[in-house]
Amino acid sequence: MSNLAALPIILPLLAGIVLAFFHKRIKLVRIVSQVTAVINLIVVAVIFWKVHTGGSIILETGDWTAPYGIILVADILSITLVLTTNIVAVACVFYAPRTLSESQESFYFYSFFFLLITGVSGAFITGDLFNLFVFFEVLLMASYGLIVLGNGKVQLRESIKYVLINLFSSMLFVTTISFLYSVVGTVNMAQIAQRVHEVDQKGILTTIALLLFFVFATKAAVFPLYYWLPRPYSVPNPVVSALFGALLTKVGVYSILRVFTLIFVKDISATHTLFIYLAALTMIFGVVGALSTNNIKLIIAYNIIPAVGFMLMGIGIFTKVSISGTIYYLIHDMVIKGVLFMLVGAIAYAAGTSDLRKMGGLIHHYPVQGWFFFIASLVLAGIPPFSGFIGKLLLLQGALAEEQIMIVGAALVSSLLILLSMIRIFIQGFWGEEKELAKPERKKTAAKMAWPIGLLLSISVLLGVGAEWFYPSVESIADYLMNPQIYIDSVLKE
Amino acid sequence: MEFIMAILAGILFTTGIYNLLQKQLLRIIIGTGLISHGAHLFILTMGELRRGAPPILKEGVENYTDPLPQALILTSIVISFGVTSLLLVLAYRASRINGTDNMEQLRGTDYE
Repeated sequence: MSNLAALPIILPLLAGIVLAFFHKRIKLVRIVSQVTAVINLIVVAVIFWKVHTGGSIILETGDWTAPYGIILVADILSITLVLTTNIVAVACVFYAPRTLSESQESFYFYSFFFLLITGVSGAFITGDLFNLFVFFEVLLMASYGLIVLGNGKVQLRESIKYVLINLFSSMLFVTTISFLYSVVGTVNMAQIAQRVHEVDQKGILTTIALLLFFVFATKAAVFPLYYWLPRPYSVPNPVVSALFGALLTKVGVYSILRVFTLIFVKDISATHTLFIYLAALTMIFGVVGALSTNNIKLIIAYNIIPAVGFMLMGIGIFTKVSISGTIYYLIHDMVIKGVLFMLVGAIAYAAGTSDLRKMGGLIHHYPVQGWFFFIASLVLAGIPPFSGFIGKLLLLQGALAEEQIMIVGAALVSSLLILLSMIRIFIQGFWGEEKELAKPERKKTAAKMAWPIGLLLSISVLLGVGAEWFYPSVESIADYLMNPQIYIDSVLKE
Repeated sequence: MEFIMAILAGILFTTGIYNLLQKQLLRIIIGTGLISHGAHLFILTMGELRRGAPPILKEGVENYTDPLPQALILTSIVISFGVTSLLLVLAYRASRINGTDNMEQLRGTDYE
């Protein structure tokens, strides 16, 4: 037992609260939040190292022993994701001053930002299903604040839909938890898992499992519940989109991964087989959406959906190789989606429009952005040696070993189409003649925008090129997930 | 008792969803409120309803109520309270700036 497990939640929470008190003094707020974000990253990195070498850090809050109190579990999976979250957060906090207007910045942007990080880290670390709901609400509340920042006509209109769909799924989450409570009599994830394993997962438990999947799938944007995602994600400020695209849907994916590797693993033919079909449909429909529009922000927002499909595919196949593919893809996707949303924000800023048909010839004035975008496209589509390729390779290996040919076909076709949708932006936006809307005079700010993006992109490239170093730890996480008993024993200490 | 509560929660859910499918924004918000009430009733019902017993687990106390659902429902009520008030403000701003509170007209197109 150690208080370290609570630090990734408490630090950003404190920062968010403190920053709210002097929100009008923008320069001070900027410096404080940048410093806090970096400190937070260092602290999380230290905790990551400790977990990596010494095993899970578990905190029983308020000294209430395991099944009774709220448990915080910083195990190898959750702390890895918290670390990735904080890397994206640092890049966002340095990118934010370039793209937000002063009024937006003084309107509590940084407070909401840190509360969002609190919610995301909390959702990753908690070991209690009801507490997971609470942290979902924390991050959603912060995201409601962020999505309306700027107060535009379209923004307000889309944010209502965003709030409504999330509110509905949250209420369903509460209902599902109460069903589960009446059946197993606990909300502690380890104890739920223990009891579900004992009774061999009868019909009612599978029903509850599917209800929980419905809730998480709404948050994660799985087919057919992705319809709410693209528009609300494409309308706010680029930095807000980057945070949303990198973190929010991934919390949903993480919850599916956690619940369906720890708790509901006894009736795989009912739940996990369904995931494989849904994953295939998610990939295809998401990528068709990305090809259907000329708005570059919307193209990137649609590209979130097939990525969720890839991650779900690994969970559906449910072997060690495919789960490690899912974890690799999850980490890769958090980083690359942050990069892409920020880049597309910079491109739209440079071009003066986000309509692809009115763009062209940007490479003359913005070569750095152009090449960044080109590399990011290759990373996203999964061209070797980049990180998307490693994740997809593991997923396809897992699928082929289980002879799931249908999903392999869907994955390959959608990868190809993702590349097409991305290269379309590169060709039409950067090649050809310059259009009159282009703003070559914005070079200076664009250059300032470029370095946080470059930082994040280099991490993404490193994830792919240095796969040899990262793969063993990803494999050990998958090993750990495939043996739920380790988690149960470490929490309940039996 | 559980039976009646389950039916009541079901009625709240149905009316809530009916309201959620309306076009007027205010009705939709009322719908979400009804649904969250239904969910809260469910939490209470699922923890077994019992009257006249203290929510304490102590040596010597044989008959007690489960305190956990009450803790859960409190948290959940506070959260839905917050979200509903935020939603009301948001709906007010959005209908002011967009000039309508009809969801049909708030649908939006790709190019604007």
